[in-house]
Amino acid sequence: MAEVLLEHGVDVVFGYPGGTALNIYDELYKYSDRITHILTADEQGASFAADGYARATGKTGVVFSTSGPGATNLVTGIATANLDSIPMVAITANVPDALIGKDAFQEVSITGVTLPITKHNFFVNRIENLADALRSAFQIANSGRKGPVLVDITKDVTADTIDFEHADPLPLRAMPEISKDDIQAAARMINVAEKPVMYIGGGVVSSRASDLVVKLAEKADIPVCHTLMAAGVIGYDHELNLGLVGMHGSVASNRAIDQADLIIAIGARFSDRVALNPERWGRKAKILQIDVDKSEINKNVLVDRYCVGDARDFLSRAIDLVEETRHEEWHQRVVGWKLKVRSTRTTEWPLTPYDIMTILCDTAPSDSIYVTDVGQHQMWAAQYLKHRSAKQFITSGGLGTMGYGYGAAIGAQCGNPGNRVIHITGDGSFQMNLNEVVTAETYDLPIITVIMNNGVLGMVYQWQTLFYDKRYSNTVMGRKINYQKVAEGFNIKGYRAKTPEEFQEAIDKALADNCPVWIECVISQEERVLPMIPGGKTVDDMIIN
Amino acid sequence: MYKPLREEIVSVLVLNQANVLTRVVSMFGRRGFNIDSLTVSPTADPSLSRITIVFSATEQSMQQIITQTEKLEVVKEVVVLSRENSIYRELVLMRIECGLDKLTTLKAIVETFRGKIVDLSRDGIVVELTGTPHKINGFLDAISEYSITHMTRTGITAIEGINDDKGEQE
Repeated sequence: MAEVLLEHGVDVVFGYPGGTALNIYDELYKYSDRITHILTADEQGASFAADGYARATGKTGVVFSTSGPGATNLVTGIATANLDSIPMVAITANVPDALIGKDAFQEVSITGVTLPITKHNFFVNRIENLADALRSAFQIANSGRKGPVLVDITKDVTADTIDFEHADPLPLRAMPEISKDDIQAAARMINVAEKPVMYIGGGVVSSRASDLVVKLAEKADIPVCHTLMAAGVIGYDHELNLGLVGMHGSVASNRAIDQADLIIAIGARFSDRVALNPERWGRKAKILQIDVDKSEINKNVLVDRYCVGDARDFLSRAIDLVEETRHEEWHQRVVGWKLKVRSTRTTEWPLTPYDIMTILCDTAPSDSIYVTDVGQHQMWAAQYLKHRSAKQFITSGGLGTMGYGYGAAIGAQCGNPGNRVIHITGDGSFQMNLNEVVTAETYDLPIITVIMNNGVLGMVYQWQTLFYDKRYSNTVMGRKINYQKVAEGFNIKGYRAKTPEEFQEAIDKALADNCPVWIECVISQEERVLPMIPGGKTVDDMIIN
Repeated sequence: MYKPLREEIVSVLVLNQANVLTRVVSMFGRRGFNIDSLTVSPTADPSLSRITIVFSATEQSMQQIITQTEKLEVVKEVVVLSRENSIYRELVLMRIECGLDKLTTLKAIVETFRGKIVDLSRDGIVVELTGTPHKINGFLDAISEYSITHMTRTGITAIEGINDDKGEQE
């Protein structure tokens, strides 16, 4: 197993040992000069770390666990990777084959459990099948639309021996080929459009096509709106970047989609957080969809034309056929919506989410990697961070996994030791997995955690304010945590900021400290994430201020 | 927007390995596709099995079902079998209550439908019948005066016809 990992260039793995994984960990001990194993606080943290590592490096994230509870602790991480199409190989140990099906100690059928949340999984109970299963796992995880693959190995297999022959990694499967006719037809649609808009998603990041999106946008004067997964594909300061689209998207993005005569959707799945009302979304537009996964075509929104294939392949070929043009009137209108900047302050509180994001971006090095948890802070980070590249913004989009951030930040830092990693979180998300600080502390990972503490589960609280007549059921936590003291107990540093000046000072110190740091930012519980289009509604129902 | 449901038959060629049926069926369940009937059997190639699935779908959900099925690692091929160009059959076994006095009439009906009486007692018979669901339903109509005490239907299995214009023969 270790040899197959090395064949695939794996030098960092995340995990947690246990009874049935003893043989595996004995081998990892022998290979510790070539494969670094990062021991996390629990397996869930390890699964998030493998995911964060994959997103920040573009490589496959590898995670290990023991059987039973170890394996089930991976489930949320695997599901997170699955919904965001992140390449991950999860290797679980299971009880010896003779005990399978006997409800043995720490026995769970993890292949059964993960059936709906993996691209594929393998159950290996014969050593002859082990190397092939692992090689296939890497191939499947990285071919076409990427995703997680699980390999479950019985303990007797890990105790067995076999003659091993080295092999090269299996070649990735060929992407579906887009025909010349389809490219030409797509280019014609773009050439005749008067009010085009691009709607880009994680598929663009996965196919490393960011530069081509910008090139096409500039050549044919096409404004670009992005999903949460594609923040950073086009720079924050680019005139054609309209920002986030969907429920908490910008006015400009959502209006552009509503008024466009052509929507070019690339690597995006028209999710219910974007196409809130699929019948009326892009109601005036023809839709051209490019996706590597055929099952995404016409899944949520019916399209007029599609190309099934790699985004980079499509863009590189289509750009040549697209005419250089200007859409003066449309351009002015769309950019005009963008310039009507709404207020970034929704309360009188001294420290606002906007202040925090702005100070962070202006102070931290420009190649810093931002990792979020899930909730209001995540939306503020998506809206206000000055995104420079897609690899610098790591967030759980599809599954919306609270508690994802710390583990993912650990993975991102392990994959990019030279970059600063900034973990942006809320008090709710942070309390789910703050135990991962032990990993950051043990391995000297200088992750800066910015806790936006409003004392409530802000996103749910916001919905209760707007749609549940302020019946705050279980969202006002009233927990009296002294984050600085807790930080001290974990042998790291903690700061607290109540004003922009204090936050500036804290972030300056944190950057200089070069060790794990928490900065608690006290913000108002009445802060809102705006704009907002309620679920199932349209741009006409947008709440702006 | 109202879209009519249509009964569709797909033939799915899969790797013959453990859990393969679970993988296909659980995907249907997870995505909310209803299965009307399902048969599984080995093929001439021992490494492959064939699953024949009958379900009702709109055109859009049909595309979803096919493309989602094709994505499964264990699936080698998905073929939509059209009513016109495929041959499809179902087998039914049933116990029918029948005294000796009425046996002659019942026997005549069974023979008309080219069924077989495979077991017999003083109180009734066991009938085996193969055919299209249409034919089997016709038989059930014809014997509606008799009491069926047990019945089991295999669900449809189907194959593409050799000639495009031949199609269903019965």
